[in-house]
Amino acid sequence: MNRKELGDYLKLLKRDQISRRDFLRVTGIGFAASVLAACAPPATSTPTAAPVAASLGDRLDLTTWPNYHNLANFEAFTKETGVAINLNVFGSNEEMLAKLQAGGTGWDVFVPTNYTIPTYAKLGLIEPLDLSRLPNFDAKSYEARFLDASQAPGDTNIYAIPKNWGTTGYMVRTAKVTDPMATWKDFFDLTMDKYSGKTTVHDYQLTSIGNALKYFGYSFNSVDAKELAEAEKLLLAVKPHLFAITSDYQPPVRNGDAYIAMAWTGDALQVKRDYPDTTYVLGREGGEIWEDNWAIVKDAPHKAAAYAFVNYMIRPDIAALETQGHGYPQVDARATALLSDAMKTDSIMYPAQDLLTPLEFGAAITLTDPARAELWARVKSA
Amino acid sequence: MKPARWPTLLLLTPASLIYLLLLVAPLIIVAIFSFGARAPEGGYAAAFTFEQYARLPTRSTPFVNTLGLATGGTIACILVAYPLAYYLATRASARAKTLLVALIIIPFWTSFLIRTYAWVTILSSRGVPALAQSLGWASEMVLLNTPGAILLGIVYNYLPLMTFPLYVSLERLDKRLLEASKDLGADRWGTFWQITVPLSAPGLITGSMLVFILLMGEYLIPALLGGGKIFFVGNALVDLFLQSRNWPFGSAVAMALTVIMLLVIGGYLWATARLGGEGRDAVSLF
Repeated sequence: MNRKELGDYLKLLKRDQISRRDFLRVTGIGFAASVLAACAPPATSTPTAAPVAASLGDRLDLTTWPNYHNLANFEAFTKETGVAINLNVFGSNEEMLAKLQAGGTGWDVFVPTNYTIPTYAKLGLIEPLDLSRLPNFDAKSYEARFLDASQAPGDTNIYAIPKNWGTTGYMVRTAKVTDPMATWKDFFDLTMDKYSGKTTVHDYQLTSIGNALKYFGYSFNSVDAKELAEAEKLLLAVKPHLFAITSDYQPPVRNGDAYIAMAWTGDALQVKRDYPDTTYVLGREGGEIWEDNWAIVKDAPHKAAAYAFVNYMIRPDIAALETQGHGYPQVDARATALLSDAMKTDSIMYPAQDLLTPLEFGAAITLTDPARAELWARVKSA
Repeated sequence: MKPARWPTLLLLTPASLIYLLLLVAPLIIVAIFSFGARAPEGGYAAAFTFEQYARLPTRSTPFVNTLGLATGGTIACILVAYPLAYYLATRASARAKTLLVALIIIPFWTSFLIRTYAWVTILSSRGVPALAQSLGWASEMVLLNTPGAILLGIVYNYLPLMTFPLYVSLERLDKRLLEASKDLGADRWGTFWQITVPLSAPGLITGSMLVFILLMGEYLIPALLGGGKIFFVGNALVDLFLQSRNWPFGSAVAMALTVIMLLVIGGYLWATARLGGEGRDAVSLF
């Protein structure tokens, strides 16, 4: 597949029908969903870049989320360095972790979410970054809370560089849903009542259980057996009223199959571009704030290229271009400054402070806790 | 050993190696894992416990769904495929036959995934429900993410697997037997039940086995057309390995699926062998 086809393919993914996480998940989790970028290194045609290209190699394996990059940035990087990017698209952190745990992935760079970093570090799948090879990184321009969230506790090393942040709320098509919705209680109660069959929740234990916990006012990260039992009861009661359990919720919301959908920042923004009646609600009780990171696999076969790539992608102007493409806010203040004013004041991207304050970062234990994992598998199998 | 046997052994080696390395060895690993424990961060930790098997009842719904929809899907495939195969084998002209066979096969040149995903569009509210609504047939209709959608996906995708074995056995049917039956006074229905059906039994059994066995491991159709709400064992397995990363429990579920499949298929073959009589030697699957 050449670069043009890759572009076309990803454009297809952005449209209603062939798109998003579940499609990629069912295609075989990154085997069939992996998209091979162009493999013709233009090193010979750019003699000045040739010495660099020779030391970087001609290939890089990137594992990431769907609709999460500005492809123009990849093309520019390949042009500059001769390193072609082989893109693998994944649907969940668990799947990424499962693959890396199994070993032999051949991945170089991947984009894990904050709460997975301590686990990756503990399992020795990533190691502290050599910051001398990332001159574009300037810790001072990163908000401390995001930098903190992505590091292993009690470890001063930097394992990963924040890429984007966002929130987990729900989007509502107000053309169909006239009731005011402001809380997770509204979300679940109206789903079980007036809008039965018109709601989707994430196919993701962390957010679906977390937000069910918020219904009762518990912590998003709770691993308390009694609180989890209440959340499970709620989820089981809600399940028959759901249109789907899916992280591929853009198509049903766009088609009108679903009016209410548990959603991440960028998806809400992308749907709102086409359907202006879409609103994005952050539950007043709280919920999740998250950030994704650039991380380099310890056994990366193309480590030099991996460092060069991450360094390129965190360059403020490149990072700003990423956000213009996908609508997830930046962590680097230098990049945020370069965004358009419309984006800087967008209420989906930058919710009001009083809504942000109660949000929690997912904790490492929330991802790895066997009780939560089993609870979600049980709910889905019920 | 006689020298003449060496070529035979040599030629059998690749198949035997594949069989041993890719079927027997993984099965042994799965069996070992199923007695293990989940590692703290997920995966497998060595142990010897029956805990995983004790938890199998928590997955009873996917097993019921799988058995129910695999059985229902097989029967639905028979009901659709039999008249089709019968027409192809006995009624269609040579030209029509070629055309129809081509029409059945050509969709298979497209990926299974794409064909199934297409149904998502057809069944979503902008598809058939919108059409039905505009024609005034129904006001509110939900087709996607229902058991019916899954059944439809099954019949659509598995129909050729049922049609072709049936077609082959019906085409071989000796027409003189039908005439004899008629001459001896049987009506058309009697002839069909006493001659046609028993003689097409090998095709029926082969087709049913092909469809049923593959359906027991089905993952994609429920994932796409069931909206993550109606789980097959295959979906539960993917969740256990990739989401909750509980490899030992996943292995136990996989072992249970294997055992149930062997029991069901063994029982089916035993029953058909007892009932059918003719043609049971033609079941070449086992």
